[in-house]
Formats: sequence, C-alpha cells, structure tokens
Amino acid sequence: MSKKASIHDVLTGEHYISGNEAIAEGCLAAGCRFFGGYPITPSSEIAERMSRRLPQVGGVFIQMEDEIASIATILGASWAGRKSMTATSGPGISLMMENIGLGAMTETPFVIINVQRAGPSTGLPTLVGQGDVMQARWGSHGDYELIALSPNSVQEAFDLSIEAFNLAEKYRTPVIMLTDESICHMVEKLIIPTKSKIKIENRKKPTGSKKNHLTFKPDADMIPPMAAAGEGYNVFVTGLTHDTKGYPVITPEAQEILVKRLCDKILLNEEKIRLTEEYMTKDAKVLVISYGITARSAKGAVNLARKKGIKAGLLRLITIWPFPTKLIEELAKKVDAIVVAEINNGQIVKEVREATRKSVPVVLSSKLGGTVHTPKEILAKIEEVKKK
Amino acid sequence: MTRTEIRLCGFGGQGIALMGKILGAAVSIFEKRKSVTTQSYGPESRGGASACNLVISEEEVDFPYVLAPDAFICMSKEAYTTHIDSLKEGGWFFYEENLVPVDDRMKKAGHIYSIPATAIAEKELGKKIVANIVMLGFFAELNDYIDQKAILKSVIEFVPARFRELNEKAFKTGKNYAKKVKKQEAKK
Repeated sequence: MSKKASIHDVLTGEHYISGNEAIAEGCLAAGCRFFGGYPITPSSEIAERMSRRLPQVGGVFIQMEDEIASIATILGASWAGRKSMTATSGPGISLMMENIGLGAMTETPFVIINVQRAGPSTGLPTLVGQGDVMQARWGSHGDYELIALSPNSVQEAFDLSIEAFNLAEKYRTPVIMLTDESICHMVEKLIIPTKSKIKIENRKKPTGSKKNHLTFKPDADMIPPMAAAGEGYNVFVTGLTHDTKGYPVITPEAQEILVKRLCDKILLNEEKIRLTEEYMTKDAKVLVISYGITARSAKGAVNLARKKGIKAGLLRLITIWPFPTKLIEELAKKVDAIVVAEINNGQIVKEVREATRKSVPVVLSSKLGGTVHTPKEILAKIEEVKKK
Repeated sequence: MTRTEIRLCGFGGQGIALMGKILGAAVSIFEKRKSVTTQSYGPESRGGASACNLVISEEEVDFPYVLAPDAFICMSKEAYTTHIDSLKEGGWFFYEENLVPVDDRMKKAGHIYSIPATAIAEKELGKKIVANIVMLGFFAELNDYIDQKAILKSVIEFVPARFRELNEKAFKTGKNYAKKVKKQEAKK
C-alpha cells in the first residue's frame, strides 16, 4: 500500500493484507533473515511471501525436501547467527516435533508458525482448527517448556511475529506462533510502524575470553549467552544431556541441573512473558476464556450477554504457553462460572480447571474444526452457566 | 453495533477476490472504518466457483464471516444458485445480467440491479478482464454502504500502474451505466 516504503526493508505504511502476509512482514521486521520450509496449506502464503521478500532484504529462503529437513535448517541457521523461522500446519508440525525438542535442549532461538487446521492427520486441510494446543506444549519427547503465542487479528499477527522473535532471542527457546487458518486467511488493515518504532531484542553474546568460553554456562537469569559458530568461541552443541561446556554428561545429576533450568527459565518468567487481554472482567460473573479466532466470537458473545443484562467478561489468552495459571486462579475467585471456547475437544479447558482447582464450574464450548463459533453459540453457553 | 455484510461471487478468473479486497480496503483504509475480507478456500481454480465475503463495522469486527449478506454481487449462474437464498430479506442484489439466469428467488431482495458488465468490458473497453471493475463502478454508484470515492481510490491502489487508466475508465463506465438505470427508475 505505502509507496514510500523500500522493499529492501520494513514495509512501513497501511496495508490491507492477510494474516499470513502480515506474519511474513512481522518476521522480517523482527530481523528474520532465514526461512527453511516446506509449503503446506493453510500456511503456504507465508513461504510464498518469504521466498519473494527475503532476497530483497538480504536474507535466504530455502524450500527443503520436507518438514524434518526444514526445521533442521532453521536450527543450523540460528547457530550460524541468523534469526530463523519456518511456517507449517497439521502434518508438517507433527513431522517437526523431534527437532523442536533438539531446539529446546540446545536452547536455540527460532520461530515456528503453526497455522492450525483441523486434524488429526490430514484432517481438513483448508479449514480452521485449534487442536494443536497441547502438542505445542509437549509434542516432542521429554520435559521441556517453550513459548506459544496466539494472535486474534491481522495486526496482532504482525505484532506477535515480532514478539515471537524477541522472546525466542531473550529466552533462547523455540517459540511457536499458534495461529489458525481463519486469522491467517482473513484480510484486514495492517499498520506497519516505522523501523525505529519497532522494538527488537537480540540474543546475548558472550563477552569474556574466547578461549575459556563455556557454551552453556548460564548467567544469573538462567540464560547462557550465545556465540554463533565461527565467531571464535567454543561452540559445543548436542542433543545429549550436557554440562556448561556443552559436553555430553550422561548422569542423573547433570540431567537434574540442565532440565530443571530449561523448564525454569520459562516457567519462572511466566508473568514477564504473559500477554493477555481482559474485556469487561471487572464486575463479571461469567468469565469467558478464549484465544485466537475464537476470542473474536467470544468478545461478540460477551457484548450480546451484556445487552441481556448478564455480567459477562472475556479473558483472551495471547500467551498460551507458559500458561497464566496464577492469573486465572485470581480471576476465578471473582466469578460464578467460566466458559472456555476453543476449536477442539477440550484442551485449554483442562488447564483452566487445573488453575481454578474446581472452585467454580468450568464448561467447554467446543467445535471440532472446519468452522468458527458464532457469538450466539458462545452466548448460549454463558446463559447456561449463569446463576439463575 | 452496525454490521454490514457483503457477498461477492462468480467464477475463478473474474477477479472476485480482488473486488473483495478493493471494497475492504476502501472501508478500512480510505473511510477509516473497520472491515474484514474472507474468501472461501478450497480447490478452486480458474473456472471454478469463487466467493469473497466482506464484513463492515464502525467498531472492531468480531465474527469475521458473512452469514446473511445485506448486499450480494453475483457474477455467475452457479454463484446465484448457491448463494441467493442467503441474501437478507430486503437486501441489495446486483447481478451480471448475461451470466446470471435469475428466478423468483431473487424477489426477497429489496433492491435489484443488473448490468451486462462483461459485454460492456469487452465491447466498450476492449478488455473482458475489467468486467469486475465495471461491476464495482456500478455497485459504487448505487450502494448505500461504501463511499464511491473511497472505492475508486482503492481500485487505483490495487491495480498495476500501467492499467490504471483502463481501470478508472472501467469504473466510470459502470458508474455511468448505474446513473442511466437510476434515471429510468425515476421515470417509472
């Protein structure tokens, strides 16, 4: 839209584009300069736009032979010092799981865009779903934590793409943008700010002697500075349990120290990472919790309920993982009931029940994919649980 | 909360998706209101069914999909058969008169307008491909929902610079046809 913006940089200006295109621009604005991927509906427009845009900004785009190879390339690119990403959906994200674990174990910053479609398996390739929420958390084997974000508009798809890279760099972790077909295929206005207004976070670099550098020695914030391969520092990287040097140490003691830190650096920073939106929650008696596309209908439902005199409010989760357990625990004390609206058979609802410790009824408004809740459908649940 | 829904349908290759984006951007960028454009996704391709939907609101659009359109712009027989029943009672119905064989079902519309957009594009402008822009000009002149100047600005923004003149002409041609229709209506 904006004729002034240079194609060689951030496309500052007003645009009327899809969520997928906004994500591509957001990732570029965040400083992403490497994309390794394998196009899959409904995420293909991200790969398409990146293949055109990355060469314009001096980056590299590779289409690999499959998703397993794709995610391997972005780990490698990250260790070479580039901000890297991939975009996929359903069957693709399943194939990437092994190396997401490698990313967590090796504390490699990268971003995966998962444009959720309905599964399992090939499912509904071109239609919406939110069934990958639990997979995003623990789809790879072993104990780890990562960060997952869920936008509810084209603008937020852009903004959170920047946030995803910033969080990946800051916490040295894979970040999953857990978006959905609806958000990514809908077209809305996007405002891209000037480059100077975009806040960019970069990974910490080691400052000490190159010779004595320990690849995985954490600072007080639990996060080790990261040297890129080829900068002269020691870089030992393995998927095996390792010590601060990066050398494999196959003992329960080393496992306790490493895995505890990998989890804690995310979990103990939950409040710092947390992004949520509260709408009419102050006096709410029925709280709706939702995320992504479903949260838009949930907001509509809250408005309809208020018109009928029902004190409803919305908590929109923008950060999905780490889960805002404490916040929900607090909100639950003030309400009579909670409705969780999501396009799956009940995934986040379980986390909400855990957080509320059964202090209030928590009911699920579910769809199994292919379509989005209408505000009236969520309203029906609100009416069902409100105290007579 | 005011909410307006517009549905545009035809077959692949007519530029239906572009029409939806042009109208959406007219609202969001040039009128500074809110809009969401969605497309039906599937194995559509040139010749297959194509549908594009637009929701307009003064506030943020919550549910982004069209359920019962206030206005329906129809450019193919198949689109008519599939979508005419979804039109809101008393809504606006615009159709390509050579491509859409209508029947009694369209009578639920409160306002009915037709134009041979494809023939006009081919004969008067020499390019069949701008039939969609002729239709947009026609719609712009007659509709109650989007400012016609905003639509024209949006057309200019979306079409390649070298085709700007042709598209402006197409838009104006559609508009003029609508003016004639309005005059005839006034006479009745």
